[in-house]
Amino acid sequence: MSDTVATEIEEIAERPGRLREFWFYFRENRGAVIGLWIFAVFAFLALFGPWIAPHDATAQFREATLQPPFWQDGGNLTYPLGTDPLGRDMLSRLIVGARFSFFVGVVVVSIAASGGILVGLLAGFAPKWLDAIIMRIMDIILAFPSLLLALVLVAILGPSLTNAMIAIAIVLQPHYVRLTRASVLSELQKDYVTSARVAGAGLFRMMFVTVLPNCLAPIIVQAALSFSTAILDAAALGFLGMGAQPPTPEWGTMLAEAREFILRAWWVVTFPGLAILVTVLAINLMGDGLRDALDPKLKRS
Amino acid sequence: MLNYVLSRLLTFIPTFIGVTLISFAFIRVLPGDPIIVMAGERGLTKERYAELEAQFGFDRPIYTQFWEYLTGVMQGDLGNSFVTKRPVWDEFFTLFPATLELSACAMIFAVVLGLPAGVIAAVNRGKFFDRALMSTALIGYSMPIFWWALLLIIVFSGNLQWTPVSGRISLVYYFQDATGFMLIDSLASGQKGAFASAVSHLVLPTIVLGTIPLAVIARQTRSAMLEVLGEDYIRTARAKGLSPGRINGIHALRNALIPVITVIGLSVGTLLAGAILTETIFSWPGIGKWMVDSIFRRDYPVVQGGLLLIAVMVMVVNLTVDMLYGVINPKIRKR
Repeated sequence: MSDTVATEIEEIAERPGRLREFWFYFRENRGAVIGLWIFAVFAFLALFGPWIAPHDATAQFREATLQPPFWQDGGNLTYPLGTDPLGRDMLSRLIVGARFSFFVGVVVVSIAASGGILVGLLAGFAPKWLDAIIMRIMDIILAFPSLLLALVLVAILGPSLTNAMIAIAIVLQPHYVRLTRASVLSELQKDYVTSARVAGAGLFRMMFVTVLPNCLAPIIVQAALSFSTAILDAAALGFLGMGAQPPTPEWGTMLAEAREFILRAWWVVTFPGLAILVTVLAINLMGDGLRDALDPKLKRS
Repeated sequence: MLNYVLSRLLTFIPTFIGVTLISFAFIRVLPGDPIIVMAGERGLTKERYAELEAQFGFDRPIYTQFWEYLTGVMQGDLGNSFVTKRPVWDEFFTLFPATLELSACAMIFAVVLGLPAGVIAAVNRGKFFDRALMSTALIGYSMPIFWWALLLIIVFSGNLQWTPVSGRISLVYYFQDATGFMLIDSLASGQKGAFASAVSHLVLPTIVLGTIPLAVIARQTRSAMLEVLGEDYIRTARAKGLSPGRINGIHALRNALIPVITVIGLSVGTLLAGAILTETIFSWPGIGKWMVDSIFRRDYPVVQGGLLLIAVMVMVVNLTVDMLYGVINPKIRKR
């Protein structure tokens, strides 16, 4: 008992140091810091978009359809990035659209990661036969190309953003299961786990208090990477007409609506895609930085 | 080695059955009665309904249905399309060459550019070339390819008028497809300009589909090369006075290739997922477009059969890669 209290006190004393160490390594990577800033702006827009946007995202200005951005002939600063075929302000739609992508990322990663970690822990601690069954089920899910499986799942559930998120979460989950299981199995070999077991720690304590915190580093990196995958896949589903439905200003759906104007009005196609690219790029940059900062193998190598 | 092959095969069988089970379940968990959906607007009499129910076996217990489905699958019977009435199996293999041709070109594009890019980046670690190449790779890796396709269409088909927007070949050429591969068929037809037309149709889809594999291969080659370049035998090679080209090209790249080959093998699934978007945008008559169209047409036997065939294909490729990996790297077999 006094042993666990001692380790807890040690941990508390160590926390700020660990965080500072993490920040020290993260800051080394310039790209990661830039990514973090862009992500901060993205999150800010996601939270406060409708109050920042100059116009209502669904308001149609019939006198100004397909207006080019302000620096081109015929454009003006009322609609800085131009308007779409229905006369809606592109900039406002892009700003308000940030919240859908952000929401998709947060929800998908939460579902996929929490489910994946639970199943992965279970597989790591379970007897061999149960482990084998769980891993075969994950193999089965992974045999289907992710976008195809998500597409079929949405076809079953009905096209909507919520169903797209559920489908993508199901498709991404096996990666967390594999990752967690692999870390658990390697942690179980270590002495501190044996000592915890000898000290009489119960199964749940072993799982969540002893082992899980030591498996978190690769899972956090995976979470960052699958945040971007989730955004890309949701946009792809929206683009195929199986995600968010018009007039929702989701970036992928906006691209789908703009497709027929692609040769007449470059801006309706260019900006939503650019928004997706910049967001995903920022998150991937952050993910690389996280990996460098959290993976002890790569530190100072 | 034999043990290794056998153990791999043994894990293949339950996964195969599971994949079959999922595609079997697909048509049965859909909202609505598949027979009513099939009948469409016209509706059905009670007798006709019972007849169809018996024909599709929906009146029998679910495990009998699964057993029949499984034995059908093993004999290549995946049912008939609701729309064209042709067997799903035949449709799949008529369209498959188009997807294979596109994917193969995309893979060649990715490997031919990705390997040298990764090697150059690793050799110039931390310098300008490395940073430029890896930034580009990260952008490619983050690219929403459906948008990338639209941009390329705007620039190359719209502004420059260099390439056509859709299809596999210009409609003025007509010939029997002997192999299903447009590049070969157009060349074999001997018609002037047919081959050039096929190539110009293939360029943009190849670039779009190859972009993400290209980025992945470049990143993977770089990190594998960096690992290998730190090994003792590279120092030995340097000490022997070998030229940098020989060291990097032969001693290092060869050993760095092992993880890269795995990545190439494992991106088959990525390619097929990418083919869904690429083929839809470029109206490329392959498996990806066929699946998307069938999902929208509610042509369930096609979706079911296509899902199964694609999954089995991915599994077979992964199995092959695993085995090749065991052949190349003896350390793996021991586990």
